Amino acid sequence: MAKHDLLVEIGLEEMPARFVTSSMNQLSKKMEKWLNEKAIEFDHINMFSTPRRLAVLVKGVAEAQKDIHEEAKGPAKKIARDESGNWSKAAIGFTRGQGVSVDDIYFKEVGGVEYVHVNKFIKGQPSISLLPELKEMITSMSFPKNMRWADQDLRYIRPIKWIIALFGNKIIPLGITHVTSGNETRGHRFLGGPAAIEAPEQYEAALSKQFVVADPVKRKNMILDGIKKLEDEQGWDIPVDEDLLEEVNNLVEYPTVLFGGFEKEFLELPQEVLITSMKEHQRYFPVKNQNGELLPFFVTVRNGDSRHLEIVSKGNEKVLRARLSDASFFYKEDQKKDIDSALKKLETIVYHEEIGTLSEKMARVRKLTAQLSSALQLSENAKKLADRAAEIAKFDLVSHMVYEFPELQGYMGEKYAKLLGEPQEVAAAINEHYMPRHAIDSVPPSLTGAILSVAEKMDTIVTFFSIGIIPTGSQDPYALRRQASGIVQILSEKKWELSLEKIMKASLGEMEAKGIMKRDRNETLHDLEQFFKARVKHLLNEQGIRYDLIDALLENEIGNIAILSERASVLEVKKQEAGFKENLEALSRVINIAVKCENKVEVSPALFENKFEAKLYEKYQAVYADYQSAGSETRAFELLVSLKAEIEDYFEHTMVMADDDKLRKNRLSLMKDISDLISGFAAMNKIIVS
Amino acid sequence: MNIQNMILTLQKHWSGHGCILMNAYDTEKGAGTMSPYTFLRAIGPEPWSVAYVEPSRRPADGRYGENPNRLYQHHQFQVIMKPSPDNIQEIYLDSLRALGIDPLEHDIRFVEDNWENPSLGCAGLGWEVWLDGMEITQFTYFQQVGGLECKPVSVEITYGIERLASYIQEKENVFDLEWTDGFTVRDIFMQPEYEHSKYTFETSDLDMLFQLFTMYEKEAHRQMEEGLVHPAYDYVLKCSHTFNLLDAKGAISVTERTGYIARCRNLARKVAKTFYEEREKLGFPILKQKEERINGQA
Repeated sequence: MAKHDLLVEIGLEEMPARFVTSSMNQLSKKMEKWLNEKAIEFDHINMFSTPRRLAVLVKGVAEAQKDIHEEAKGPAKKIARDESGNWSKAAIGFTRGQGVSVDDIYFKEVGGVEYVHVNKFIKGQPSISLLPELKEMITSMSFPKNMRWADQDLRYIRPIKWIIALFGNKIIPLGITHVTSGNETRGHRFLGGPAAIEAPEQYEAALSKQFVVADPVKRKNMILDGIKKLEDEQGWDIPVDEDLLEEVNNLVEYPTVLFGGFEKEFLELPQEVLITSMKEHQRYFPVKNQNGELLPFFVTVRNGDSRHLEIVSKGNEKVLRARLSDASFFYKEDQKKDIDSALKKLETIVYHEEIGTLSEKMARVRKLTAQLSSALQLSENAKKLADRAAEIAKFDLVSHMVYEFPELQGYMGEKYAKLLGEPQEVAAAINEHYMPRHAIDSVPPSLTGAILSVAEKMDTIVTFFSIGIIPTGSQDPYALRRQASGIVQILSEKKWELSLEKIMKASLGEMEAKGIMKRDRNETLHDLEQFFKARVKHLLNEQGIRYDLIDALLENEIGNIAILSERASVLEVKKQEAGFKENLEALSRVINIAVKCENKVEVSPALFENKFEAKLYEKYQAVYADYQSAGSETRAFELLVSLKAEIEDYFEHTMVMADDDKLRKNRLSLMKDISDLISGFAAMNKIIVS
Repeated sequence: MNIQNMILTLQKHWSGHGCILMNAYDTEKGAGTMSPYTFLRAIGPEPWSVAYVEPSRRPADGRYGENPNRLYQHHQFQVIMKPSPDNIQEIYLDSLRALGIDPLEHDIRFVEDNWENPSLGCAGLGWEVWLDGMEITQFTYFQQVGGLECKPVSVEITYGIERLASYIQEKENVFDLEWTDGFTVRDIFMQPEYEHSKYTFETSDLDMLFQLFTMYEKEAHRQMEEGLVHPAYDYVLKCSHTFNLLDAKGAISVTERTGYIARCRNLARKVAKTFYEEREKLGFPILKQKEERINGQA
């Protein structure tokens, strides 16, 4: 069958850079899906995007849909003909429904019975007659943020300016808003002009002549080459931040890399301030020397060619100079203030209307920090440092610098605390208590920082849960999930001997004392447990732990996360070993029957009827004692499975559900004791063995 | 090009594209958007194209005339076109060319910037326009004004006059900018900058300002009940400016702040709704005129 290329280009006013790539991918996926649904064959899809366009070029698209040959089964042979041997109504009706005639009928056996069959043939329609459906594909694109314009009803990422829809050299007629499809694209805003695309395969080259590099990968490489060239010429090191490169790449159609400089005095500002001013505010790449020190230069990417670069560079220098002047003014002003006056100001900052001020929040965090410090048996001096860090952790929030550069919270706190003579540990903890700041950030390096981080995050989560603000679905405005993951990550890496529930309850106690609790305590605690379990599940899942093992480990309370991880690894290893299945079955039997124990009593050996009861009881007591000092989770597991033989003998000779009340109660109580010991490790009955 | 000529150039440009040239509205306000020529006229189905210079007061930005970049009062050149024309970006870029900015010699980019003014119940999508890395214009398609969905959508273009002038005139200090031959911004605005800063941060009477806020608010509600949108809206603007003065002096705690903003927003929403209703009662006269013109031609 003949093939043609297919081109669709959506011309737009400048899209937000952060949505360009995902929108391009979406368009390509939609195109692929549509072609597959329509059974139109094609070779492959090339994607293009710039701030002003999303495009797909589909190579080798079949001229028509695939023909369909299909066997259809009709009525049984015995009702296909009437008494006189003519085709019955049922048979005729069937063939008519299939668009064939009775002459096409043949018989075929299905399950020992003969049925009417026909071969159906559906001729594929020409692609060109179906392609107008692409209108639906274009208008059904979904974007994170949509807008309306002029008097149009369509909600789209930005106003649509033109549409190209071309199959071979034929224009596919589409009308979207006030735009009618054609074959004319638009070039670079200033360097290029309109260009007619005669055939889809000319698309990239035609745009290139109009100073538009439509392939984002090629554009990115142009930027990287420009950066490399500067590095070589100047002897610089220009670290390329992937996210920034991606953003810059989607702000330009024709990139040219250039550099500018700023006054050396500004290098006295903290590095993060310089980097934030350049990267976040201006989308510049900071420049370093070979020793990794910042140099008074920046690299930027212009949407245009290399003419008049000196004007562009000068303009950018002027903007950066104004920003850095502001920053150094703030830096000097901030240093005139002391910590006490800053803390005083926190008393007037409302953290959340129903929760209170930032100052009140930090008073709670300070108490929780003290409890954690004691639980972790810190030295008196270390306790003092943690307490001071908690006391002043938020003092930089009222500085000019953090007001202007909110992303520098914590970082400025560390700088200023050091300048104001606070101990190094305290200063560092102020910055570290925000860690991990995002999914791939590391946990606080210092113990003080980690304690403060856990206390602050736990307070945030518990306060919001206490007033009924709980993340659901995509709704998590206070990023509570990220903070809970942060706690889980810290506890898992620091391996503290602390149960998560204990920290949770300590924090909850603070809420109750301060009258913040607006809900039932047990209900809140339950929600918190479920919430944290989901985070722990996620962590274990990422560690490659099998699903049923995770469920088994999280059946009861979370407890010590480090131990939980260790148990997970032990189970992963043990389940490969011979005898695992049998061990597990024995332990599960106990757990399963112990569920029936309603009123547990002290086990009385006097009520034992056979020696196997006594043997299991003794074994249990010995294992119980050893288990408390097992030392490792591997040993703990081995101790539990050492009960296997006694358990099996016991069940072979003992009827747990005895008719006699006393006997039954005594037996169930023994089962319950053992079950509790086993479940303390993991709900073994939840583990799946093949 | 001095500021006076910049303004004349922009006026000529936008009047050439059908904008009514208007003057600043005479009530204090923080931004050109708050002028009734924008806030009210962006509401409803009637077409509207207008351009004007708006002196905008930001009490908190007052720096006694000592900071080279910040002003108690700066100037915005504001353009509103409803419905937004299809080639609005090209018209805008032509205005830059008219100001002597040749896009081929510079780097001009449209960088995503979504605008929101919760105290007026307004939201829009668009860009900040960068000229060699400097933000010179806010470019916004209004989606919501006073809590009402915009249909048709207005486009708002706001040039920061001093910003743009500092680039065109290559001046580092805003006070060195030439307004017209022989007059700088310093000559005209230094004294008021100093005095307004001193007033805002030192000598203003807080009790009086608190009282005024309450009185203005009450009057706004009362006039709205009479269906008198414009007098009511004047008092909304006065509330907003009074709030800004109080806020700049740190007289409003963060808790109260939310409360005051909510009060302004309620007023703005009510005004928006009343304006729509009053125009509807009048039969949306500007829309009617336009339709008659079109029918007349046909």
